[in-house]
Amino acid sequence: MDDIIAEFLAETNESLAELDNYIVLLEQNPDDINLVTKIFRVMHTIKGTCGFLGLPRLERVAHKSEDILGLVRDGRLHVQPVHVTLILEALDTIKTIIGGLERQGSEPAGSDADLINRLEAAYAAVEGGAGAVPPPIAPATPENEAVAPVAAAASKAEFPAAQDHPVAEAVAPAGENAPAAPAESGVASQTLRVQVEVLEDLMTMVSELVLTRNQLLQILRQQNQTEFSAPLQRLNLVVSELQEGVMKTRMQPIGNAWSKLPRIIRDISQELGKKIDLEMHGQETELDRQVLEMIKDPLTHMIRNSADHGLETPEERVAAGKPAAGKIRLNACHEGGHIIIQIADDGRGLPLEKIKAKIIQNGLASEADVAAMSPQTIYQYIFKAGFSTADKVTAVSGRGVGMDVVRTNIENIGGSIELRSQEGQGTFFTIKIPLTLAIVSALIVGVQGERFAIPQLSVSELVMVNGHGGPVVEMINNAPVFRLRDRLLPLVDMAQMLGLKPGAASADDCRYIVVSKIGSYDFGMIVDRVFDTEEIVVKPVSALLKNLHVFSGNTILGDGQVIMILDPAGILRVIGMEDAAEQIGSTVGKEADTLAGQVKETSLLLFMAGNQNLRAVPLDGISRLEDADYSDVEYADGQMVIQYRDALMPLYTCEGIDVSAHKSGQAHIIVFPQNGKPAGLLVDKILDICNYRGDIDMGGSGPVLGSVIINAQATDIINIDWFERGRQGARSGYATAQPPGKNGGHTYSNGNGQSLPRKHGERYPYAGHEGDADLQHSVNH
Amino acid sequence: MDAQKNDVTQILTFSLGDQLFGINVLSVQDVLGAQKITNVTVADDAVAGVLNLRGRIVTVVDVRKPLHVNPDHNRADFMNIVVEHKGELFSLQIDSVGDVLSLNCVDLDDPPATMDHVWKNVSSGIYKLDGKLLVVLDIGMLLNAIGRSDKKQAI
Repeated sequence: MDDIIAEFLAETNESLAELDNYIVLLEQNPDDINLVTKIFRVMHTIKGTCGFLGLPRLERVAHKSEDILGLVRDGRLHVQPVHVTLILEALDTIKTIIGGLERQGSEPAGSDADLINRLEAAYAAVEGGAGAVPPPIAPATPENEAVAPVAAAASKAEFPAAQDHPVAEAVAPAGENAPAAPAESGVASQTLRVQVEVLEDLMTMVSELVLTRNQLLQILRQQNQTEFSAPLQRLNLVVSELQEGVMKTRMQPIGNAWSKLPRIIRDISQELGKKIDLEMHGQETELDRQVLEMIKDPLTHMIRNSADHGLETPEERVAAGKPAAGKIRLNACHEGGHIIIQIADDGRGLPLEKIKAKIIQNGLASEADVAAMSPQTIYQYIFKAGFSTADKVTAVSGRGVGMDVVRTNIENIGGSIELRSQEGQGTFFTIKIPLTLAIVSALIVGVQGERFAIPQLSVSELVMVNGHGGPVVEMINNAPVFRLRDRLLPLVDMAQMLGLKPGAASADDCRYIVVSKIGSYDFGMIVDRVFDTEEIVVKPVSALLKNLHVFSGNTILGDGQVIMILDPAGILRVIGMEDAAEQIGSTVGKEADTLAGQVKETSLLLFMAGNQNLRAVPLDGISRLEDADYSDVEYADGQMVIQYRDALMPLYTCEGIDVSAHKSGQAHIIVFPQNGKPAGLLVDKILDICNYRGDIDMGGSGPVLGSVIINAQATDIINIDWFERGRQGARSGYATAQPPGKNGGHTYSNGNGQSLPRKHGERYPYAGHEGDADLQHSVNH
Repeated sequence: MDAQKNDVTQILTFSLGDQLFGINVLSVQDVLGAQKITNVTVADDAVAGVLNLRGRIVTVVDVRKPLHVNPDHNRADFMNIVVEHKGELFSLQIDSVGDVLSLNCVDLDDPPATMDHVWKNVSSGIYKLDGKLLVVLDIGMLLNAIGRSDKKQAI
């Protein structure tokens, strides 16, 4: 028997049993609209599947029953016992046909004309008599009643009884077929519904069994020839098989997710007038049920896309010298703990020029950038939200809400998607997804002798530091940072974060930075050792540990030890990067927001400069941080300078720093590029790096872009660009510049936590000693 | 409760320092010897760590902490009583396990007014045994007390 038929039989037998109960309930509560909807849905499913499988007899009966149920659902037919009888009779007929199907593998011959006529009559009675605007619940119309005698007369003697004891008695030998098959038919009994928790428990026990076996084998290896070796070897085998078997219970063939695709392709080809062949290979490839559910929709979407955008019309294809029928090939296979799904079409391929134009049009990149991009990079843009190159929106696709969702869904389950395309030749997608979600790949790291797991998904790279001559961790006021390819990466010392006492480790010891990307925020975790990646089973933490945000769960390693799973997002939250951490819940949604320009997020470097005022500069504007000594500061042509990399680097200060007061002592310099050369901003203290959500550019064209509230403190955002312009203007305008005077205060908050643009003038005494007087004044305010 | 007045409950006794404690035997899942425990340093003091019990992860509770019993630094070989509470497993770290006693509920005395309020909060009563007093602990209240005593900044 066909696998698909077998599956259908098992499913339908289950549905029928359900239906019997529902219909009886319906007779008792004819107004229960939920119940009617449920029945309708089940009947609809049966009908749909029959049509799909080519079972005309079954389909017709189901279809007519569905019609009646549809009337009930729409409130146009008030359920009477006679209708219930009719539906039950139809159900029995369906059961009989199913029984025959199970025995013979095909629909038994026979006619249900009698039943169908009566179903049609009941339907026509309402449709014909109800008029254009049927009342919400039609009373039992005379027409309805009129059907009853017919139905009653035509029914076998069992049917009146069925109204009293419907479930038990409603086994009617409908049609001229053999008596209804016993309920416990062959196919139905081969499947069994099991609670997922039961399987989970089994999994747990088996994992533990595997651990115990491993320990035993370990002991065995240390001993020569004991009487235990033979039984232990046998145990070894049995346990392995048991583990495999239990794993299998959660697995389903991927074909289940594909079963609806032929129908979808058929519909699309009808609608768009295309000829499409759908080839499917590797349906039997098994993967975790949960994963299967997650990829169902993305797969369907991609197939639609291929059929709609990918394949050309037959005329176009013939003109291009291709066969008139387009081909979509779907392939699935296992590859080292992952499932690879390939979707290929031989259509027109991705239109490179169109995508380029769209990128520029949507402002995602400049024309020059696009010209320099490789086709691969350009293709990646189709995964951006709101990106569609379809000229017109069809019912099938083209709304631009497709591929980004596909990629998001796939990445959410730890998968990846790649694409290759050749114009005129077709498009080729490769999706790689893990076999199961219960087991994730994690990096095992060591911190002060303790082991922790970090989900591989959130690890973007590993850097070895403080090795011999290698890169080093630098400190900014006890806050560790690392220069990662000219960017400053904030670091978290995990030993400190996890409350582990630092051992005798010296600064020279080789350590590792686990670089993690949370949303758009990068940071590094300093760990002592990196062991290995391991597949771990994530288990939730106990209620007593729920308040610890740094852990997302715990797991048992292969050697039986429990270790905690670190949650990079939680760690960010703990170190006070709430803004960044907030993103984590729905990284994707937030990214979309940012794209739409609704929420702007800026990384800011916080520092103190002048009289304990908190200031900040956008992180992307600065190139590095340097320490210097005040005694190194010199003056050249009235401009403060410092020797930096064998050249003179101009230095600026914020208002409030009295450079002349410091003859020596440590100074911090924020180095930023100015006309391609480095320039420095002298500050008192570098504090932190934080993400600020919201617009920091409040239109201030002066030295201060605006003031925002960070960590409950008013913070001026310094406009680095201004120094450049200010410098040019300074030559002429400095002498006449007005002091900020009484407006020189720094906090302009409306009390709602929103920040207001600074109100005082454009002028800003950047060269410290000249602005001192003003500063004194403004700060005292 | 009146209906149960004449019921006999079975109490597993254990000692912590000089004091004899007891818990209802029905909530006890396992009694284990010294275990390899993974410390969770950032957690509340009363949480000694986590351990693996046949594939299930058990949170180990240092009972001395919520009861304010002085820690015994000389020993590391604590016994563990594993109890189930709200579907989760917890292991109580104690000095030694005693017997299972069948005791009549009628004999259960209310905690005396002078008893430390911390103890009062987690105890459901006192049994007067020969020569010794048995403080019956309520697991739910004990675990709640730990949750509440969490004055540490949440990490």
